[in-house]
Amino acid sequence: MSSSTAIASVGPRSDLQPMGGTANGTDEQYVTFTVGNEEYGVNILAVREIRGWTPESRLPNLPDYVRGVINLRGIIIPIFDLRARFGGGPTQVSKRHVVVVMQVGERTRGILVDAISDILAIGHEEIKPPPDVDNGLVDAEYLSGLYTAENRMVTLLSVDRLFAGEHGEPETALRAASAAAPAP
Amino acid sequence: MDDLSRFKQTYFDESAELLAVAESGLLRLAPGEVDMDEVNAIFRAVHSIKGGGGAFGFNDLVAFAHEFETVMDGVRNGDIPVTTILVDTLIRANDVLARMLAHAADGTDAPAGTTDDTVAALRRVLVQADAAPGTAVPAAPPAAAPPTHYADDEDDEAGIFGDALAAIQAARDDAAPAGTVPAGTVPEGKLRWTVVFRPKADLLLSGNEPTYMLRALRRLGDAEVVCHLDSLPGLAALDAELLHMSWTVTLLAGPEVGRPQIDDVFEFVADDCDIQISVEAPPPAVLPAGRADAGTASPGVGPAAPAEPALPAVQAAPAAPPVPSAPTQAAPGTAAGNGGKPRTGGPAGDHAGPAAHTIRVDLDKIDRLVNMVGEMVITQAMIAEHLRDLPPGQFQELLEGLEGLAQHTRELRESVMSIRAQPVSSVFSRMPRLVRECAAMTGKEVVLVTSGETTEVDKTVVENLVDPLTHMIRNSIDHGLEGPEERERTGKPRAGTVHLSAAHRSGRIVIEVTDDGRGINRAKVLSKAIEKGLVQPGATLTDEEIDNLIFLPGFTTADQVSNLSGRGVGMDVVRRNISSLGGRIGVYSTPGEGSRFVLSLPLTLAVLDGMVISVGEERFVLPLTNIVESLRPKPADLHGLVNKCDVIMARGEYVRLVHLHRLFGIPKAIDDATRGLVVLVETEDGARLGLVVDEVLGQQQVVIKSLEANFRRLDGVAAATILGDGRVALILDVAGLREMSRHGAGTAPGGPASANSLSGSLPPPQTTPRPTARPVLAERPESHQRQPV
Repeated sequence: MSSSTAIASVGPRSDLQPMGGTANGTDEQYVTFTVGNEEYGVNILAVREIRGWTPESRLPNLPDYVRGVINLRGIIIPIFDLRARFGGGPTQVSKRHVVVVMQVGERTRGILVDAISDILAIGHEEIKPPPDVDNGLVDAEYLSGLYTAENRMVTLLSVDRLFAGEHGEPETALRAASAAAPAP
Repeated sequence: MDDLSRFKQTYFDESAELLAVAESGLLRLAPGEVDMDEVNAIFRAVHSIKGGGGAFGFNDLVAFAHEFETVMDGVRNGDIPVTTILVDTLIRANDVLARMLAHAADGTDAPAGTTDDTVAALRRVLVQADAAPGTAVPAAPPAAAPPTHYADDEDDEAGIFGDALAAIQAARDDAAPAGTVPAGTVPEGKLRWTVVFRPKADLLLSGNEPTYMLRALRRLGDAEVVCHLDSLPGLAALDAELLHMSWTVTLLAGPEVGRPQIDDVFEFVADDCDIQISVEAPPPAVLPAGRADAGTASPGVGPAAPAEPALPAVQAAPAAPPVPSAPTQAAPGTAAGNGGKPRTGGPAGDHAGPAAHTIRVDLDKIDRLVNMVGEMVITQAMIAEHLRDLPPGQFQELLEGLEGLAQHTRELRESVMSIRAQPVSSVFSRMPRLVRECAAMTGKEVVLVTSGETTEVDKTVVENLVDPLTHMIRNSIDHGLEGPEERERTGKPRAGTVHLSAAHRSGRIVIEVTDDGRGINRAKVLSKAIEKGLVQPGATLTDEEIDNLIFLPGFTTADQVSNLSGRGVGMDVVRRNISSLGGRIGVYSTPGEGSRFVLSLPLTLAVLDGMVISVGEERFVLPLTNIVESLRPKPADLHGLVNKCDVIMARGEYVRLVHLHRLFGIPKAIDDATRGLVVLVETEDGARLGLVVDEVLGQQQVVIKSLEANFRRLDGVAAATILGDGRVALILDVAGLREMSRHGAGTAPGGPASANSLSGSLPPPQTTPRPTARPVLAERPESHQRQPV
């Protein structure tokens, strides 16, 4: 844990160490969680805490994936509904739903997911690039890669891009992201 | 580098305080009644700024500060008489110094020529003083020589070792030091002072420089400086940051030099060193005690200590010919007016005085503390709510414990808030200056009276008071007060009085600006307002309403735009600033007797008095200052307006109804205003709206939390807060709601929004006055629903 954290903070170094096992220093840890039938993962370094669902206060005139705001020990953080973000409609919340609180740049925000499933150590080499999806079909800019855990597929998310639209300049963020994506 | 920048910040913070000290001192400086303590305080302030600036290499600043200091030194010695012109020059010099500091803080060079005028003025003062030597030292050329003589003191690279090395050299040469006073003889009419100066080892750590003191001593007369190296350790044991030397100075000085002058030299370091001063009068041929072994420093092992027994006397050679000290850049340039100097704290005490019982704390730390206490209050409220569900009669001790906790929490909150509180004197103390300038510009005679300077209020409020108060005082002097002749004609004293006062009143701070001038000329105000289309011709307004017209945007009665006022951006800006702080302003005027502006502000911006309302399942907080009243309309009160919106007749005025749930898209809310409630709200510029809500839940003090910190701004929302049950509630921005409702309900989010910033950083939007422009009274009559605040 400690070694991987230290390396991870420096950045992926897969070019130096061709990898194989999980004990290798190039691993990064991912927290994985489920939304519906799909499993997603985010880098553990971005995750600050995981908490049970508490009722939110709605914010006016925002897309349905902005669930609202909650009080996280005195700071007010927005909650994003990942299901709604991926077009699955708003989540019908229950007490078993979970909020993953993440640090994105200077901001703290939470994502609402169905359940936490695992913490995986994933080597850089094991991450497959997302398939050549049509930019219009899937907003692929927030997918950072795919990983196979046993026989499940875990979709790794790029946290900062996932929220790129909520910094107040959605247009530029999206354009920059799509410009960075390889041309089909 | 980080370390250095940290020290730099401290230096700038301190300098800002020192500037304030100097300025307030200068303002109190008046011809005839010179308070030497005051003069010394100013001198020390400038000196400290100079010293620190030198440490960081702000050469321009140091050069200028030096000029300033030189003149202050002259004033201190009595060489330069205190005149109004002198004080004006010095005040200007203080401003320039502030500007230089601001440039240094930004890391930019001050534009060339910034200091030219002021330096020239300062030098003129010196020249005049030289031409007509002051009263204090009638005939003492060497001692009273203009201090510019030593202008290169600070540039002496040889620094600490200059004297010591010279002494060693002299000993080596084994030559009788030429030109020195023969040891042991005290010439006629002179006194021989022996000063043993043993600094503590850590003297250098506090930024003091013994060389300066030695040079200062030499300035007093012919001095022999002997350096003692006995405590100098070997090289291996040498801590280069400590001072291992001490000095014995034998000073031959005229009778004009007394003990005080010598004490003065060590004024800054008296606590950090051991000083023995003894004096001998003429009867000559007495070897000063201790002189014999003074030079017999036991030769240290170190490289710098071959001090042999000798008579290492050094001639007190006046340092190099007078160099026109550090001429500041001569090219003319724009004196970019970056006068904004950070001013913190009240009058900082005597810099060299005993350690004050204050500490400098980063504001962030206090804010974190305030936050945590806010959390505690909420948590405690939550616990209390849960405990209410317990079966009564049991858990008595738990309940009592909670009661105690609640008490402590409240006290803790108050004390934490009081840390952020500052006396308004930091704002008030800038006003004499302003009054002075305004009086000079208008040719009026003005006396400023202040009271209640110690009234404390949150730092943010204090900071935001400067601009409104500046405007109001200018306004009072320019518009309110008459010229001296006119005043005499009407039987008033020639000098007008502006009274500035502050007081706490029912949880708010009330600031009043009162003048004894001519009062508001209502006829003129009304005709101007009609002329500018702010009021419809033929409208009948009460006196009070007319008085309040001056707060309307674009209003001015000045026939000519002057430097002071008349651009019509005065009082409406004042009102907006005050409103954005959650305050109110009102004016009361009696023709011929004067006007009184009354400001009432919340004590802190961290909490807000709000009314909690509910719409559907959501709760919101409306700032109490926006609420006029709330009412449940009868069907007959409601009218449709061209099928677009509903209006309600309230207080003789048609007010547009805004359904909050439509605006915000909240489900399960009451749409029918006759079944819900209408909260009549008013924006800062006086526009009214009727907000349709489900219920008014009650008044509450809420802690303001930022929504933008982790998310972004939302239309119609000023900030957020956390209610007693731990849930978040949004604080509504009435001006924003009005904008939203004008552009049709439920428009796309993220549009350019008007911000009624509760933090006071953004002014609320400027809206055009309504054509009918009934002035809205700032001090509104209390309505039945509204509790006094």
